[in-house]
Amino acid sequence: MASYAHDDASVVVVIGSGAGGGTLANELCQKGVKVVLLEAGKRQSSATFVNDEWPSFSQLAWLDKRTTSGNWRVAKDFPNLPAWTCKTVGGTTTHWAGASLRIQEHEFKARTNYGAIAGANLMDWPIGLADLEPYYAKAEAKLGVTRATPNAGLPGNNNFKVMYNGATKVGYKKCSTGHMAINSHFRDGRSGCLQLGFCFQGCKSGAKWSTLYTEIPRAEATGKLDLRPESHVTMIETKGGKVTGVVYVDAKGQEQRQKARLVAVAANSIETARLLLLSTSTAFPDGLANSSGQVGRNYMRHLTASVYATFEHPVHMYRGTTMAGIVQDEVRLDPSRGFVGGYEMETISLGLPFMAAFLNPGAWGADFTSFLDDYTSTAGMWIVGEDMPQETNRVTLNHDVKDDYGLPVPNVHYDDHPNDLAMRAHAFKAGKAIYDAVGAKKVAFVPPYPSTHNLGTCRMSDDAKLGVVDKHGRSHDVPNLFISDGSQFTTGAGENPTLTIVTLAIRQSDFIADAMSKQMV
Amino acid sequence: MSDSSLAEPTLNRGEMLRRTGAIMGTLAAGSVLAALAPSRVWALELNSLSQPDGETVLSFAQVLYPHATLPTAVYAFVVKELDKVSAKDPQVAAKVHAGCGALDSAANGSFAKATPAAQLAAAKSIEDTPFFAMVRGTCITALYDNPLAYAHFGYEGASWPRGGYIHHGFNDLTWLPNPPVDASPTLGSL
Repeated sequence: MASYAHDDASVVVVIGSGAGGGTLANELCQKGVKVVLLEAGKRQSSATFVNDEWPSFSQLAWLDKRTTSGNWRVAKDFPNLPAWTCKTVGGTTTHWAGASLRIQEHEFKARTNYGAIAGANLMDWPIGLADLEPYYAKAEAKLGVTRATPNAGLPGNNNFKVMYNGATKVGYKKCSTGHMAINSHFRDGRSGCLQLGFCFQGCKSGAKWSTLYTEIPRAEATGKLDLRPESHVTMIETKGGKVTGVVYVDAKGQEQRQKARLVAVAANSIETARLLLLSTSTAFPDGLANSSGQVGRNYMRHLTASVYATFEHPVHMYRGTTMAGIVQDEVRLDPSRGFVGGYEMETISLGLPFMAAFLNPGAWGADFTSFLDDYTSTAGMWIVGEDMPQETNRVTLNHDVKDDYGLPVPNVHYDDHPNDLAMRAHAFKAGKAIYDAVGAKKVAFVPPYPSTHNLGTCRMSDDAKLGVVDKHGRSHDVPNLFISDGSQFTTGAGENPTLTIVTLAIRQSDFIADAMSKQMV
Repeated sequence: MSDSSLAEPTLNRGEMLRRTGAIMGTLAAGSVLAALAPSRVWALELNSLSQPDGETVLSFAQVLYPHATLPTAVYAFVVKELDKVSAKDPQVAAKVHAGCGALDSAANGSFAKATPAAQLAAAKSIEDTPFFAMVRGTCITALYDNPLAYAHFGYEGASWPRGGYIHHGFNDLTWLPNPPVDASPTLGSL
């Protein structure tokens, strides 16, 4: 592993080591680029992950204080925890379930295909499926996505058996075990899935792809990577309209300044926007790269909701791959359903501690407890749907509340759009129909968990007035500043976003390496 | 996770002096939990809450999250947790004491000894108070995150120590037909 001097201005600094940053860092190192990878969290491993929901949450989750506003229920249920993302080497790829789906062509052209939706700030992406197809293929090969590569599909668990039988009875045709970044057999130096059932708690077998034990050690092996865990970036500095380096607080609480030739921000949508907004200067009084005023805006978090049902017979949904199977019939464009965009239904399960916490936050009494009494006979699914981008759904700095570094915390404002509400109502009905078809006793409509799919806030656009970055994730305002995470998403699409984040990072690494070799940055 | 050391307490002299009360009970013979506990008799010594307040909180937890066959020993975890927090923070201790008083008043006497209907009405009457929110929140983490609760509800907890569920029932459901192999491939070699 490399160790670069703080005043080495020839390095690329990548902020965040998850799907975007971890991938970008490795891809650049493979091309011979010197990379300093700054990660706010500590380094764990499959050996230190724990099969225990609350302790694992303490170990991996980003728990720095945040505030919320808006009419979304998360603001009421989890006022200081709008998102369930991670602060650890590997970022949220330690926690993700592994679902790896390509965005569909019609979703890249949301404004064209959905039309003008009142209150929604829809825009077409400046790129389409054709631009990304070669990179999607590279990303799928890297992740070993089941069904998309020689990595065969995973066997379905009990939770999937319930989903499959119900879905096919109501007439759905596209139901199978998922397209997962989980090894179904030994592959790429990692084990096959042991059906542990703790995908959200960090995969102890290493069967699920995470940058923690794939991209990052490979980058280290090149001798080009300087990974610095427990390094919390507080400011990006500029001079003459270009980024010159970053200020961060290291593991010992000491402030450090790392010079850089180029900076790529991949801190997950909330922190990425916050860092740009914190990085004010005379030249950038409204925050870095924010001449459009769009930094922090169009925050998206996917529709999300869950449907759980109890049955006469045992299910043991928590056994095996958490996101074992999927129904894809509803992720299509069909405004006759009363909304634009589409949604996926994916199996999900929670252990007893989290089931109690998330089934109906704030609820008490016999209705609630009778559902938990049937815990072992419960099946569950998660709904992931495209939510509408809205300018007023945004990340801002809350100057009234400060973090451990004395900096304003991010406030996450989100109002559900009528299209979101119509889609969620449709999805609840569809989920209930699936479970009713196989004899559900009771069905629970479960409100959104803290957001795991945090998107937008630095959206991609050809027009510098309408977006923060161009089609390569390069800031319109600052030529050596890149955004490398889900913040770039112009719209959210109906698919779990990680595969697209990895795909964009691979594509961006080609662009950055080329620009560097041509001395364009 | 809360520990499960409820039964057969051993106290040192300092703990004896600090003790403010104790709650005791007996696990039902034949309970699945009896196998997990060193003795069927359990006791929770209190270091901050008074014994009457401990008993009120215990009853309150049972009203908030009623499970007909969940042993009282599991509800005692809620009292244990609030006793622990109260010992560190006098404001919490005062809030618990005042809240228990409010429950007693609402039940026209002793909340712990009131009828189920009167207990439910009393609980509803204080639903908007910080005391209610604190006890309710404590219930969620204390009641459902311990080995006794896991055993009661049938949750198997950590799977890594036994190599996951791949050979332990991840697909053992038999009351529905198996999906075709294109939808759910058979388990290959690892």
